[in-house]
Formats: sequence, C-alpha cells, structure tokens
Amino acid sequence: MASYSTSDLRSGLKVMLDGDPCAVVANELVKPGKGQAFSRTKLRNLRSGRIWERTFKSNESVEGADVMEYDMEYLYTDGEFWHFMMTDGSFEQHAADETAVGESIKWLKEQEVYVVTLFNGAPLSIDPPNFIELEVTETDPGLKGDTAQGGTKPATFTTGATVNVPLFVNIGEVLRIDTRTGEYVSRAKS
Amino acid sequence: MTGWRATCSQSNLKTRAELYAQVRAFFFARDVLEVETPLLSVASATDPQLESISALVRTNMGATTEKFYLHTSPEFPMKRLLASGSGAIYQICKTFRNGESGRKHNPEFTMLEWYRPGFSLADLMQELELLMSQILEPISAERLSYRDAFLRYVQLDPFEIPDEQLALKAKALAAYDGPDMCRDDYLNLILSICIEPYLGIGRACFLYEYPPSQASLAQVSLSVTGHLVAQRFELYIQGMELANGYYELTDAQEQARRFEQDNCERQNLNLPTVPPDKHLLAAMQSGLPACAGLALGLDRVLMLKTGASSIDEVLSFPIAKA
Repeated sequence: MASYSTSDLRSGLKVMLDGDPCAVVANELVKPGKGQAFSRTKLRNLRSGRIWERTFKSNESVEGADVMEYDMEYLYTDGEFWHFMMTDGSFEQHAADETAVGESIKWLKEQEVYVVTLFNGAPLSIDPPNFIELEVTETDPGLKGDTAQGGTKPATFTTGATVNVPLFVNIGEVLRIDTRTGEYVSRAKS
Repeated sequence: MTGWRATCSQSNLKTRAELYAQVRAFFFARDVLEVETPLLSVASATDPQLESISALVRTNMGATTEKFYLHTSPEFPMKRLLASGSGAIYQICKTFRNGESGRKHNPEFTMLEWYRPGFSLADLMQELELLMSQILEPISAERLSYRDAFLRYVQLDPFEIPDEQLALKAKALAAYDGPDMCRDDYLNLILSICIEPYLGIGRACFLYEYPPSQASLAQVSLSVTGHLVAQRFELYIQGMELANGYYELTDAQEQARRFEQDNCERQNLNLPTVPPDKHLLAAMQSGLPACAGLALGLDRVLMLKTGASSIDEVLSFPIAKA
C-alpha cells in the first residue's frame, strides 16, 4: 500500500493506525508562529467504529490501508457466516463473520443491497441502506380509525428488528424504516 | 465554472478595507510612520520552524540569477530602518511561509508589524490592547505567564519538569506517538493542543515570559519567580494566536550567535541552512535603539471581526485558487 504524509491526510482517506484500518474524518494544521507544526487528526477506527484523536508531527508518514467499499447483495446465512455477492456482474461472493455484520444483523434482508467494506479482501463491516422496507411478523392487533393520533407500539419484523410503529399497523404489512435511527417512516408504497 | 470567483464575500472585502483604514488612522494619530520594505531579500529567517519561499532573480538584464527569499516577516529590514534613525514605524505587508495551509493558515498572508523605540514590553501590550479595542470591541486582556498557563491547564511546570517526564506527559496529553522530539517541541505540542484552545475565551489573553529557548529575537531576563524568561508575548483571542511581540534583542553578538545556533539546528534536522542577514547584524552593531516590536496577523483579526471559521472566507483568493 502507498503511504501518506500526515500533512496530506484528507477526510475519507484510509490509513493503518495501531494495526487497525481507520478512515480520516478531519485533519487540521496546528502551527504556532514560532514552533513545530503538527497535524491534529480525527480518525474513525473502521473495526470498532470508535473515533480516535491523534496528533502527528507534520510530514510523518502513515501507511495506507487496503480498504474498499462495494455494493453487495445479501444472499443467506449458514449460522456462522453471512454471505454477500458483488452486484458488478462478477457474482463474486464474500462471507462476513459476526463481528463484521455487527449491529446491521437486524437489517439483513435477502436480495437487498448493502455496502460491504473489504479490508485486505475480507469483509470488515456491513452498512445497510438508509431506508429499508420490512414485513411485520409480530405486533398487537391494529386499532381501526387511529391513523394519526400519537401513540405507538412495538412491532417485530422478518429480520428480527423491533421498531416502535403507529397503533394502526397490522401483522403482514410492509413498512419503511430508517436504519440510521431505527425509526418508522411510513407504510411502504405498494 | 465558478472556480474563478472570490472565496470572500463582498462584505468581508469591505471589512478588510475598513480595517486597514482603522489601522492607518490609529498610527497616524500616534505619529507612527508607515513604511514599506522589500519582500525579496538575499537573507532570510533562520528559524528552523519557518520555511522561506525562494525566487531566482535577475537584478539586471544579464544572464546571472541570484537566489532571493520572500520574507517570513519584515522584521530585519524594519530594524535596519530603526537603526537608520526612522523612529517609530509600522508596516502592513504580505508575508510568506512555505507549506502553511489550513483553517487558520495560508502560505501568503497579511501582517501588521510595528516598532516602538523607548517602549517597554508592557507599554506595547497596552498599545496593542488599545488598537484591538478600536478594531474589535473594548478588550481588557488577562496577563498570563507561560508558566502559570501550564500550571493552570496541564498542572506542570514548564521550567522545572525533567525532559523525560515532559515527553511522557506531552505524548499522553496530546495523543502523540510520533518520533522523539526536543524539549521545546514537546512544550509547543502541549501548548498547541491542550492550552491554546482555552486562551482568550471570554476574555483576551496575553501569554508572556516564554522559556529562554523560545526567545527568537527577544531579550532574555529574570522573572519574579527567578526563572530566565524571554521578553516575549503572544495575544490570544478565542483560542486564536493573533500577535507575537518582543522586547527586541539589540546585542549584535548575541544575535549572530542565535543565527548560528538556528543554522546548526537546521543541519541536525536535515534542513537547508539559510544565509543570516549580515545587514541586520551590521545595523545592530551600529546601534539598534532599545525598542519593543510586534507582528499581528490581520487575516486572523478579520476572521474574528467577521465571525469567519476559515481564513479562506476573508481572503479574496486563497492559495488553492491563487
């Protein structure tokens, strides 16, 4: 992998730090009128998701990380691995382990397309689309007539996710969910 | 294509023009003379932390070119004017520092520099306070010694802490894991990352009595706590370093020694050495009047005046569009 000068770190670049791949979030030159220049850098550890703050001497060298993001369709799970397939026509498959799937597990739906981040060729993390349409498998019976008034109730979906939904929702309905907040958006347009 | 457009709003352009008018009126009323000195010089700042931009110049129509430097501050020629008997002087000029780009930096920026023969450092701080009060809003700046700032914000004594402990503390405080550095670099690291962001918040702040190793072109003397300190101050407002002032070194021999020391350090750091200004040394030998002088970054003052979060907002064309 190429290496970068710490002065050239830009938001989005992927670098290795303490053995983990990280994405640069921000980088600022800190330079007193009289004195050594430093780079104050914010990075996201792509393995843990944690934000790190680091100070580098200007022009220190950091190693680039072999990290690429691809669109992949979710196929199935064998219980140990979750299998994805490239959507570029190559049909190339990748198996993600539990750590890579992480929190996204509750949004995994067959034939849906996810962003799979590969580190040295292996899945490092899975990101769901911002919005996803899921079928309700379990919830209290819907209250007729109650279409707009406040109240919510929990509903469980095919993927296992549980989301608070309006009282009028029934089992078998397909709903649009915001995966970033885990909130109900609307009924799916059919 | 809109890439050719100014990054600065029309109102910020006007604010700059107003600022220059205010500065000129301020010094006119105080009988300080506006001067202009060359941007190009065969000598340059020897400070290892400053990188000059050089240019190959033909001084006549012949084929020979000579290496000149764009100044990193107009200090040397202005001191030659002082030694020539100019009396109090100021200058608004462009200044060049290679490689310095960022939210608060541009490799080419505007500096206001002035010198006051007969002023003490305290007098100069007071005059700067008056100028800033007219430009921004009335300020009454806190006077905080370098030592007290370290004691207050990171609970360590920058004059007493042993090198090894300082390195350990700096690395932990600033999340630094890079190559080993010298004592002053660690002090600067702590100052930049852990102290500066808090200086001048709510109330402007003069940081003064720097370690003697950071004296640059300032005199060194004993502080009330018995430490050798540089007669130097910096002004901070809202965490931003705005001005750097010295009670100026007038001893030519000591100046020559510091130039040489800088070039030694440059060699250790594998940096090109820089020709020291012989004219300045000769001027000091002939007699530089006792004076205090300071440099104020006008682009940063404009950032405060306009509420800009990046220097690009107050520059017509930052380096990326120059």
